[in-house]
Amino acid sequence: MNVTARQRVGWGAANVVVVLIAAIPVLWLVSLSFKDPTTLTDGSFYPHKWTTANYRGIFNQPLFTHALINSIGIALISTILGVVLGAMAAYAIARLDFPGKRLLVASALLIAMFPAISLVNPMFNLWRTLGIFDTWIGLIIPYMTFSLPLSIYTLSAFFREIPWELERAAALDGATPLQAFRRVIVPLAAPGVFTTAILVFLYCWNDFVFAISLTSTNNARTVPAAIAFFTGASQFQQPTGSIAAAAVVITVPVIVVVMLFQRRIVAGLTAGAVKG
Amino acid sequence: MRPPLGTPRLGAVADAGVQVGQPPRKRMLTERQRAERKLAWMLCAPAVAVMALVAIYPIIYAIYLSFQRYDLRFPADKTWVGISNYTTILTSTSLWWQAFGVTVLITVVSVVIELVLGMLAAIVMHRAIFGRGIVRTAVLLPYGIVTVVAAFSWQYAWTPGTGYLAGLLGGNSAPLTHQWQAIPIIILAEVWKTTPFMALLLLAGLSLVPEELLRAAKVDGATAWQRFWRVMVPVMKPAILVALLFRTLDAFRIFDNIYILTQGSQNTRSVSILDYDQLFTALNLGVGSAMSVLIFLFTALIAFGYIKGFGAAAPGQDVRGVR
Amino acid sequence: MAEIVLDHVTKRFPDGALAVNDVNLTIADGEFVILVGPSGCGKSTTLNMIAGLEDISEGQLRIGGDVANEKSPRDRDIGMVFQSYALYPHMTVRENMAFALRLAKEDDEKIKERVDWAADILDLKQHLDRKPGQLSGGQRQRVAMGRVIVRTPNAFLMDEPLSNLDAKLRVQMRTEVSRLQKRLGTTTVYVTHDQVEAMTLGDRVAVMRAGQIQQVDSPEVLYEHPTNLFVAGFIGSPAMNFLPAKAKDGTLQTPLGELRLPAGRGRGLGGGERDVIIGIRPEHFEDASLVGADKRDRGATVKAKIDLLESLGSDKFAYFTVQSERATAEHLQELAADAGTGDLGAGEEGVQVTARLDAASKAAEDQELEIWLDLEKVHVFDPESGENLTLADGEPQAE
Repeated sequence: MNVTARQRVGWGAANVVVVLIAAIPVLWLVSLSFKDPTTLTDGSFYPHKWTTANYRGIFNQPLFTHALINSIGIALISTILGVVLGAMAAYAIARLDFPGKRLLVASALLIAMFPAISLVNPMFNLWRTLGIFDTWIGLIIPYMTFSLPLSIYTLSAFFREIPWELERAAALDGATPLQAFRRVIVPLAAPGVFTTAILVFLYCWNDFVFAISLTSTNNARTVPAAIAFFTGASQFQQPTGSIAAAAVVITVPVIVVVMLFQRRIVAGLTAGAVKG
Repeated sequence: MRPPLGTPRLGAVADAGVQVGQPPRKRMLTERQRAERKLAWMLCAPAVAVMALVAIYPIIYAIYLSFQRYDLRFPADKTWVGISNYTTILTSTSLWWQAFGVTVLITVVSVVIELVLGMLAAIVMHRAIFGRGIVRTAVLLPYGIVTVVAAFSWQYAWTPGTGYLAGLLGGNSAPLTHQWQAIPIIILAEVWKTTPFMALLLLAGLSLVPEELLRAAKVDGATAWQRFWRVMVPVMKPAILVALLFRTLDAFRIFDNIYILTQGSQNTRSVSILDYDQLFTALNLGVGSAMSVLIFLFTALIAFGYIKGFGAAAPGQDVRGVR
Repeated sequence: MAEIVLDHVTKRFPDGALAVNDVNLTIADGEFVILVGPSGCGKSTTLNMIAGLEDISEGQLRIGGDVANEKSPRDRDIGMVFQSYALYPHMTVRENMAFALRLAKEDDEKIKERVDWAADILDLKQHLDRKPGQLSGGQRQRVAMGRVIVRTPNAFLMDEPLSNLDAKLRVQMRTEVSRLQKRLGTTTVYVTHDQVEAMTLGDRVAVMRAGQIQQVDSPEVLYEHPTNLFVAGFIGSPAMNFLPAKAKDGTLQTPLGELRLPAGRGRGLGGGERDVIIGIRPEHFEDASLVGADKRDRGATVKAKIDLLESLGSDKFAYFTVQSERATAEHLQELAADAGTGDLGAGEEGVQVTARLDAASKAAEDQELEIWLDLEKVHVFDPESGENLTLADGEPQAE
């Protein structure tokens, strides 16, 4: 491609603008989290007096540390379960011919379209009856379930890209359908599965509605919900610094994941979405 | 991040089975077909069971409750009231229509802005000569970040005394306490968070526009602007429609941002916030459930409108057509 | 290794379309049979039915004497080379070739021995530890072959295995495939749409059209004695020239003039006058000045102005136009549609005829040339049924 110097500068500037817009709100939280309480209300974007007190503060609060463990544990378990179930169903949808396929796809779509907010109330009642309200399982179940449409759609798009003939070849090589799935499809689908897992993990990590509705204590409350219950060091102090520090802490994994797997995430979000 | 419709699984699902279709006459199944069905059902069973128990049951229960008078403060009064919850919501209070107006406003404005910004971002990413990785990481950051976290960032930014943006709108008042200042801030937060998603979908569409086509248009004498409108946009149309469909469905159910930014005060409630208040604060399950069903119906209407009206490919429909 | 028998095999798709219609074919043990035909003629479907990748709607498939209709592909013990090769991209060449043996729970030693043996034959030794993605097209093709030969299956099935290679490599691999098959002596069914491949490879060639086998014979017989217009037009390159004509008492009124069939030919034409289509292969023309007196008698000569001359070094192709309607028949339309020339030359005056002349010919463009044609080799077809009316001439004459 022929690029003139002016074009180079132009696109470079555009890049910088995009990066800045994306980064500023995050940098703002980082700045807030390091601000000394005395300078917290100076309205400056940059902290004039640095402190790590906010971080020390939240890591001494069981409210936060428990929530962090809850967030990590619940998101990981939900992701694994959701992706495994999703992969099984997606393989069937992408590859096998069976009655009820359209119904399954339609119900997944219905679930994805139904406002989450309207489901939490019946679940709230049911969970209390079952005794799983405010437990890990109580959040894992909805996360696993409501990420299923996501993983089924994403994975079936990935599965579809594996050439049909490989399975035929495997069949002729003497593989049973299960062996074909395990030894040919799974290894080839691994990148897609991994990508889907990232997306599902971000979904679980991000959720707020289920987290505030189906938990009541440190037992299972995740960080996004816990932040809303933060109080300052003293009762009269605004919890701004703590919230900012907590926000930064749960953003770090996101940044790491995004940096490491940006290619995969883009592929996952778009693969199969818009094939010409 | 709201429920997982946020993904453009478009070329997904329905499929090869479709063109094989149903036999015109009853056919004896061969052993292979039977084995295939059995395997398929086995593979789908866990997902189906989970979805049925965890999602379908609450959906049906919500629909059932929407026809009940059921207020947790007066549980004894629970009784079948037909559609009266719906008529109450739609006719006798201004709450619903107020929230509905706010929701539609936020949805339309933010989706339009996202489309424009998303297209610009997509073009920048598509043409990025250097620093592709950095740009992509930066763009994915808002997508990946927890909505609540982002909402707090915006809230503090606009809080007088604390925030770097608070003075921007003039006066000493807190912008988030005025409806006509709060709503643009909500839209800003929403746009910031979800433009990357739009941009990535559009980027995927953009990469499907053959470079040769643009060169041909250049040779034919089209200006950059004409190449964009007359070549790129028409070729990208399916991608644009998909992106719009998903974002509109998602924006219509906006919850997290408003919950953190204003808690729905100053008439900034969206329908989802209103619904949450009915269910968890007012504890009026009957009316709340009816609202849930209404929100769902409107969501379905939006999807239907896009698919039938603009010819957007339905999710789960294989855009590539048959093999 | 085994004999494969297709006994009244039919494939009906769920929408009612007949892909394969009552095919009968016996492939002897060790035989190399080619299924050839235009796209959509049912040849790949037939192959897939043998492999067990598609169900048989009616009829019976027997492999090595056992009915195989309901057997799964893995129980048929058949090796298949796919058009796309279908190599497992996550496995090395060695693992690809060993996969079937591993599934069959062969011991490691045996597997290594077989894979090394196959790699040796196919000259893949130095590539065994590479992934398919790192190989060239020709190498991938060889791996696909290797994958089927390691396990000495009942039969090899090949679905256009060379069509993804460039022209030169294709010719090279063609001889390779042929040599391999002869060496291993495994029953082989090979599908192609390329009639040159069909003619050069097979012991016997089955020409298919619209789900039915038109003719199964050795390449020579197909070429010399095509049963109908379709086979005549499909086999041979450049294709046979077809002209409309009228036949009466062994004499043909053709756009090339009146042609009198040699004694003993044209018995199938009957007595009365009738419309026919004559077919002459390009190589059965010759520059009359180069034809010796001994051959001259059994042919006729026509004068024509050469429109275009292509010199290939070994031969010359001369194109000339004769004043005539185009010969029309269902078979010819199908052939034209397949070649993509269905709508070509519709507005032209007359019909273009191709003649293959000796390199020594002095023919020149825009010059008149006296052209000889071999009447022993002229075919006469019925325009309605497409049937070759001169087929019986090839049989020894009944006294």
